This record gives sequence, structure tokens and C-alpha cells, in this order.
Amino acid sequence: MQIESAQYIQNYLGQNDTIKATIDGIILFIPIDTANTHYQAIQEWIAEGNTIQEAD
Amino acid sequence: MALTLHGTVSDNTVALDRKTATPLIINGDMAIAQRGTSETGITGSTYHTVDRFTTFMSSLGTWTLSQSTDVPTGQGFSNSLKWDCTTADASPSASDYLIHQIRMEGQHLQVLKKGTSNAESFTFSFWVKSNKTGTYNVEMLDKDNPRMITKQYTIDSANTWEKKVLSFAGDTTGALDNDNANSLEINMWLGSGSNFSSGTTQTSWATTTNANRAVGNVNLADSTANEWLITGVQLEVGTFDVNSIPPFQFEDVGTSLARCQRYYEKTYNLDVDPGTGSNPVGRYQFYSYGLDDNQRFPIRYHTRKRAAPTIVAYSSADGTSGKASNGGGTNYTVTSDSIGESGFGLKGAGGTQDGFFVHFTFESEL
Repeated sequence: MQIESAQYIQNYLGQNDTIKATIDGIILFIPIDTANTHYQAIQEWIAEGNTIQEAD
Repeated sequence: MALTLHGTVSDNTVALDRKTATPLIINGDMAIAQRGTSETGITGSTYHTVDRFTTFMSSLGTWTLSQSTDVPTGQGFSNSLKWDCTTADASPSASDYLIHQIRMEGQHLQVLKKGTSNAESFTFSFWVKSNKTGTYNVEMLDKDNPRMITKQYTIDSANTWEKKVLSFAGDTTGALDNDNANSLEINMWLGSGSNFSSGTTQTSWATTTNANRAVGNVNLADSTANEWLITGVQLEVGTFDVNSIPPFQFEDVGTSLARCQRYYEKTYNLDVDPGTGSNPVGRYQFYSYGLDDNQRFPIRYHTRKRAAPTIVAYSSADGTSGKASNGGGTNYTVTSDSIGESGFGLKGAGGTQDGFFVHFTFESEL
């Protein structure tokens, strides 16, 4: 699994509740949920020194 | 009302004694393949083709996985899952591994009573065929504690379907969490480096020891002539042998699909691969909406998910991810938020479009 980029998406309340990520060339919308395996992979990616971009 | 039983006494005893109303293994007959029927160039760990079965590998060959129609004769199966080596690696490094894997939720396995004095034994059975004869390992890996037990089987005859039945003792230590997380992995080893094979086969439950996990296993990756096929996978509570194992529990396609959709669902027809372009059938269609930042389309899944899923939106026009297409076939960006177990909100990038055509996949795999 190659994570190329990640950026927060805000809900209508202006809260970060989703991550838009490009993984293996595909754009995914990943919930901020520890039970989601893509979110778990994002956490490992952060632990390697990467960061999630703030929402637009 | 009289109850009439057919078959032998032992057959009926087994059938009536079955501890689970539905099969513990989902899609054990390999009938559902939502991601597609064939995928090439596989070198990593993720789900491909047949639902609920994943590759788990590191630097040990390149593979094509496919849903095959090669099945054991006269058993009622229509499909198998086939591994086909396309780039060989005859000399694995110490840390390499190659595994056909099943991941199971802890809440679905409470019937095993693991970690109690009443822990149940259980039996794992499957049909397998390969040109590569020899010893293979099947490992039950407790992800919550962590503990493991391994049994070996032998493929005796090349290119011949063989039924294997492996019984495992109950484990009175280490309860499986009663939740929606990955508690038990069934690892069917297809090859490994010495880090996983330099010890002694661990035939009783004990703390996980890497060196004991794949002792004596063949290396299926040592030739591009190698292939390995499996179907009829079942997990039964209790101890059985090849004569007493209950018959495979076939499920109708609708039931099996719904069980698979707890983990993965798509809006395309079953025979259409996600990301296929020029495919309007089954897509979401909205017309003439002006989309500002507060407008969202509510999307609901057919089956409630194990956990909030990952969403991929695909343009109906050309299959580009992260896009919808408008009535003219032009792609524009969409986003998703408020993702939950039952649905989410889909939002456009603003402005007015003359249509909003989009397919999805929803993934909540273990």
C-alpha cells in the first residue's frame, strides 16, 4: 500500500471528519475511525514522519 | 408432526449437532468476486478478486489471482480461487513470507469459548489442488493475545483435488475480544524465509513464535509453473476427520453476497469491475444541482458495514477515482464526509452541473 498524499476534509460543522488520500494511484475518502484499516495505515504513515495536510 | 431423518445415524448426528446456524467462513465456495475475476501483478498484501480472502506477502514472487472454474468433481462447487506464479523467487530472504489469509471478527467467534475452561476444539477443512506437492502449514493466529497453533497438511498428488481436514484443540487461555476487530487469522502458508521456518511446528496453543510458523513449508514461489487452487473452505466447531466432517454449508448467492457486503460493496453490477468507464448501470444519478459547500447527497449502503468504510467515488464516464461526471461526460471533483456504518454525505466541488453521475465502492475489510 503506497500512500502518496493525505488531506483532511471537513464536515458541514467545519470539523475534520474524513481524510482524502491517494493510495496506489486511487483517491479514497477515509473516515477518522480506528476500526478502519486504511485509517490504521494512515496512522502508520504518520508515525514514519509524514503529515496530513489541513483542509482547504 | 413426525420428524424424518435421512442418511446414516452418524450423518444426522453431525448435522443436528452443528453449533453455528450459518457458516463461520464467508464465501467459502469462492462464488462472490466483487473486485473482479482476475488480477495480475500482485506482490503485496490486500484483497483481490474473491471476497473475504486476502493475500499477505512480502517479497516472495509475483502472482495472478483469479476466480477459477476448476473445481473438485461432484462436490457442488462452481468456483475456486487460483494463485498463479508469474515471477518466481526460488531463494527467499529470511524475512519473506507468502500467505493465503482469512481474517475473522472476534464477535463472530465467541462460539469457540476461547480463553475459558469450556474452550471448544474446531476443525478447518478445504479442497486444494496444486502441481507443487509437499508440506504446507495452516496456522490459527490469535490477534488479541497473541497466541498460535499450527497444523500441517500434505499435497500428495500433483494437479489433483484433495480434501484436507485439520482439527485444532480448544484454547483455555486468551479470550477473543467480543467486538468487530480482527481477532483470528487463518494463515495458509505458501512460502517463507527462515525467520518463519527455523523452529519447530507448534501443534499446541502457545505464545506466537515466528520461527515455528511455517516449518518445512514448500516454496510455491520457486517456479512460474506453480499454481495453487482452493475451494470448499469451512470451519466447524468440534473435532472431525475426513469421514465425520459435516457437509459444506452452501448459501444462496444473495445471502453470501450480503455477508460479503458487510466488508465490501460496489454499485456496479456483480460482473463489472470497479473503475470501469462508460458504465451507467447501477450508478447514482442526480440532475441539475447547484452544489454549494453545505449541500450533500445522502448515500446509503445496501448492507450495514463492519465499521465506517473507506469510500471511493468513480466517474461514470471514464472510471476516474475522486470524480463524478456530468451530463456531457466531463469529470469534476467530489468529496465525501460524515462517513458512518450505514451511509455518508457526498458533496460536489461547487457550481452548477447538468448532472451528477457516479459509482462507488465501500470497503470495511479487516
